[in-house]
Amino acid sequence: MLVKCPHCGTRPVEEFTFNGDASVQRPASNDPKSMDQWFDYVYLRDNPKGRFDEYAHHSSGCRAWLVVTRDTQSHEIFNVVTARDYAKKRVAP
Amino acid sequence: MKYSVFSLLKNTLSGHKKWPAAWRDPQPKQDYDVIIIGGGGHGLATAYYLAKVHGISNVAVLEKSWLGSGNVGRNTTIIRSNYMLPGNNPFYEWSMKLWEGLEQDFNFNAMVSQRGVLNLCHTDPQRDAFARRGNAMRIDGVDAELLDRERVREMYPFLDFNNARFPIKGGILQRRGGTVRHDAVAWGYARGADSRGVDIIQNCEVTGIKTVKGKVMGVQTSRGFIGCKKLGLAAAGNSSEVAAMAGLKLPIESHVLQAFVSEGLKPYIDGVVTFGAGHFYVSQSDKGGLVFGGDIDGYNSYARRGNLPMVEHVIEAGVAMIPGLARVRVLRSWGGIMDMSMDGSPIIDRTPIDGLYLNAGWCYGGFKATPASGWCFAHTIAKGAPHKLNAAYRLDRFRRGCMIDEKGQGASPNLH
Repeated sequence: MLVKCPHCGTRPVEEFTFNGDASVQRPASNDPKSMDQWFDYVYLRDNPKGRFDEYAHHSSGCRAWLVVTRDTQSHEIFNVVTARDYAKKRVAP
Repeated sequence: MKYSVFSLLKNTLSGHKKWPAAWRDPQPKQDYDVIIIGGGGHGLATAYYLAKVHGISNVAVLEKSWLGSGNVGRNTTIIRSNYMLPGNNPFYEWSMKLWEGLEQDFNFNAMVSQRGVLNLCHTDPQRDAFARRGNAMRIDGVDAELLDRERVREMYPFLDFNNARFPIKGGILQRRGGTVRHDAVAWGYARGADSRGVDIIQNCEVTGIKTVKGKVMGVQTSRGFIGCKKLGLAAAGNSSEVAAMAGLKLPIESHVLQAFVSEGLKPYIDGVVTFGAGHFYVSQSDKGGLVFGGDIDGYNSYARRGNLPMVEHVIEAGVAMIPGLARVRVLRSWGGIMDMSMDGSPIIDRTPIDGLYLNAGWCYGGFKATPASGWCFAHTIAKGAPHKLNAAYRLDRFRRGCMIDEKGQGASPNLH
């Protein structure tokens, strides 16, 4: 796999450390009543076969956190954005 | 037909042309008492023990491809019971005991070979951790021997004892561990289940699960609707996909793990050796090929093939452990899809849906567990409640905070 880092250009996959599903959202509250949301966030995963947004750290490059959109069956990469842009886009209406 | 020296002689006289098929190829019936989704090792073992131990033989095993086409035919064939935590070790030791009597039990040669599993240690703290693990094993009645460097050298003189980064300080040996002919496990269980009346239906993909008022009614398949009273999921890497058909979201991610085999060599490694620092493990098959593997690739995947960086990493670790491997050529590599759970331990349990049972989350350690997994899952399905041996493998343990985190990595499936 080749990953196109927004800062460094196209780089080999071994420069990146993957860290799972980027679509899960950390609950805003620490209230014990939100424990179901926390359980969801920490443990449950959609684990899709197909298109998947995942965190990737460019650990042997610019060290930026990225979100890679990839097909989990074909390994084809559709899109790479910074985690910051991904988060901003998510909270936008 | 019982396989024996007499059946062998009889069939030799007829030129081996009259052996009956080892199992039938039945059409699916309209409904069954129990349907198992997944015709791999765990699904077939479950059907076998349902029929043999619990007398439930109106059972179908549905396999979307051919029998044993998944991880039971893709693993590195190692069996061991060298776990540490109380929820794990009695279960894996029961599996080892079932392996020890398996061939007589299902009348099939699975080539169970207790050739010993040796884990190497490379630092003093790692040796301390191994001593602790060995003691935990012995408390549960499992054999474990802590070896010093010279004892390891007697066994495997060709290891790189003076590796600058990971010098070998000793190891922990489980002599009862070893290897099993993996395909024969699937075949033996299939034949044993089939002869007790279980229908094994291949090329039958489940496309939907029908539930009414929170109770399982049956499954939609590529060969029509099949009704059932109870439904067991044993779909390994595809567990999330199958569970989603019943509206369940699992604490599981699917990852790809690669394995390798070298060209055939003369007898070289007579046991299983694992390189504790680099996560590399190797044994030699009876054909002479070195069978080895390492870590998962590290990213979610449903592709049964990995990428080259992990191939390079595994082979580097192998050469660091056994410098002589540098001259061996790799013949084949392949990948399998692992159902990586959030604590590195499996799930064998009921689900919130009445009549739906789950067997998943085996990470990359499912093969050694095959007999006990089938045995416990059959018990759980037949009795409607877990056996003492799988009592810790509950689906709700994550919510309750009762994880069985053997590696202490937390909820990071790609690190287990």
